[in-house]
Amino acid sequence: MAETTSEKIPVTVLTGYLGAGKTTLLNRILSENHGKKYAVIVNEFGEIGIDNDLIIGADEEVFEMNNGCICCTVRGDLVRIMEGLMKRRGKFDAIIVETTGLADPAPVAQTFFVDEDVQKNARLDAVVTVADAKWLSDRLKDAPEAKNQIAFADVIVINKTDLVSKGELSEVEARIRGINPYAKLHRTERCAVALSDVLERGAFDLDRILDIEPDFLEPGDDHDHDHHHHDDHDHHHHDHDHGHGLKHYHDEEMQSLALRSDKPLDPMLFMPWLQNLVQAEGQKILRSKGILAFAGDDDRYVFQGVHMMLEGDHQRKWKDGEKRESRVVFIGRELPEELIRAGFESCIVS
Amino acid sequence: MNTEQAAIASVTDRVRPVEIGAPVTSAYFLKERAAFVCGEEKVALVSQQSEITNVEVHGGGILCAVSDGERIVTGGDDGKVVALDAKGEVAVLATDPKRRWIDNVAVHNDGTIAWSAGKTAYVKSPKGEEKSLEVPSTVGGLAFAPKGLRLAIAHYNGATLWFPNMAATAEFLPWAGSHLAVMFSPDNKFLVTAMHEPALHGWRLADNRHMRMTGYPGRVKSMSWSADGKFLATSGADAVIMWPFASKDGPMGKEPAMLAPMQARVAAVACHPKQGVLAAGYSDGTILMVRLEDGAEILVRRNATPAVSALAWNAKGTLLAFADEEGNAGLLEL
Repeated sequence: MAETTSEKIPVTVLTGYLGAGKTTLLNRILSENHGKKYAVIVNEFGEIGIDNDLIIGADEEVFEMNNGCICCTVRGDLVRIMEGLMKRRGKFDAIIVETTGLADPAPVAQTFFVDEDVQKNARLDAVVTVADAKWLSDRLKDAPEAKNQIAFADVIVINKTDLVSKGELSEVEARIRGINPYAKLHRTERCAVALSDVLERGAFDLDRILDIEPDFLEPGDDHDHDHHHHDDHDHHHHDHDHGHGLKHYHDEEMQSLALRSDKPLDPMLFMPWLQNLVQAEGQKILRSKGILAFAGDDDRYVFQGVHMMLEGDHQRKWKDGEKRESRVVFIGRELPEELIRAGFESCIVS
Repeated sequence: MNTEQAAIASVTDRVRPVEIGAPVTSAYFLKERAAFVCGEEKVALVSQQSEITNVEVHGGGILCAVSDGERIVTGGDDGKVVALDAKGEVAVLATDPKRRWIDNVAVHNDGTIAWSAGKTAYVKSPKGEEKSLEVPSTVGGLAFAPKGLRLAIAHYNGATLWFPNMAATAEFLPWAGSHLAVMFSPDNKFLVTAMHEPALHGWRLADNRHMRMTGYPGRVKSMSWSADGKFLATSGADAVIMWPFASKDGPMGKEPAMLAPMQARVAAVACHPKQGVLAAGYSDGTILMVRLEDGAEILVRRNATPAVSALAWNAKGTLLAFADEEGNAGLLEL
């Protein structure tokens, strides 16, 4: 990319099922004394209690692209709004897109990958999902949208923690972790979260893909991280306790898959494999991310993707003493685990 | 200056530079004054003596603009439709009651205006009579037919043709995808839309036959009919793409002509109103005048500047106005 990301306006996508507290978080962001100006794209006018001439009503129109890719959908209204907003550059520092409670975050995210003009001016910063501590577990059972929003998130704000017991809270956290162990989790009442925890995250910034490790709430929680990689996961026991207080759930439908290799990958094998995989299985793969060590390459290669869309680049030199390890993560629905594992293995230089 | 340009004739020394001081999104002529529409708030009227008069038209972003030569009609994110005339007088033609963004505007030669907010297209006759039509998705573009009071409304998955003064239901021309800018051919035989993907789509209005015009590396944002109506000049590639519309089949089954190839993307095109000449502005700031017949080029402005965002000829074709994304503008008298 010719332009540096710093020139581009950061865009935060705010999702969350009906009633989880998106508007509360939005009002909090807008009313806090941060000296920044936000342009806010909302679905319902009038819910925002802050006077701001840069609140724009959206129609949430999901358009299919004519490129033969079925999951390649964009928010048509967002393309138009972004074009209009760019005429007022300099009047705001960042953009927040609030989606409806039933929305799939993918078309919003994909708008920032597909549209040339949008991409030139703005960059996706993070998908922030507000979850209702009391009701999320139920919604994960009956609302596919809620599950999508959790799977897609970079940051999850577990709200209304005051309405649940400690046990219920760890239950809902475990449910979330069963779907998406990589998002940063924050427990809040009335969405009282530090703005730095939800804004300017750089979650889609290739330069900031530093590490791909599951996120854990408990500080000093030093249990074996490998159980999140499903390496020797027993699929018949869906809620087993690992004995450190954090229940581990496996969601039948939506899960994450982590792959790693100490041996270098062959870029001539890996890149075509990855391209083909997202082409074939892109509808199932919601998010993907990777740090790669290629044979004969002193640079770390990083990539990230949303459904079928991928972007990748050489990030930096491997540091002296840094373990040259490749790690790839997929979050998706009914991922063909064996197929993905076998494909990945076949890209390792033997 | 690169070697490509060194070989061609130049009129760069005859250009009178004008500093608008704000990003310009389109340009027109009102009588002999050039009008530069800015991204927000104002239109800068520039006389032939380079006197600049700034006129405030919107309290915010200017989202769309169109002109019939008598006035410029603009739509803003303040929910207003505004007309600016040659005297520099501003009139508010309509205000959206919910203060929604006015995304598109069009003017008819009888003085009727059209605008859209969200999914609704509105027309207002010179007598002040207002009518509206809702289409299935947000309006991407509006255009009046050259004959009769007929409005084309581009939207997702097609375009709708509406006769506001007739009771008949509007005609729907389907084609999958998101349709943005829309234009009738000057002979009223074809309708062309610029799509969200890098392609144009066309319909022959006699039988609604489709014309796919693809192969662009980038989205087409500027389209202009040649003076004789035989070609549609378009931006979006690293040459001006000229679709032939002279025959009854239009560009069906034909390759477009390519003029003035450069190492940069064409960002704006404007055909001369009387002669077989066009002006093309590029993403690197270059502006060329190109003869349609043989592709001969004359350099109007050198490269290495911001992308050209606006080009306009006066009605007689004796003045060319241009501007770039940072508000560096100029006038060329021929």
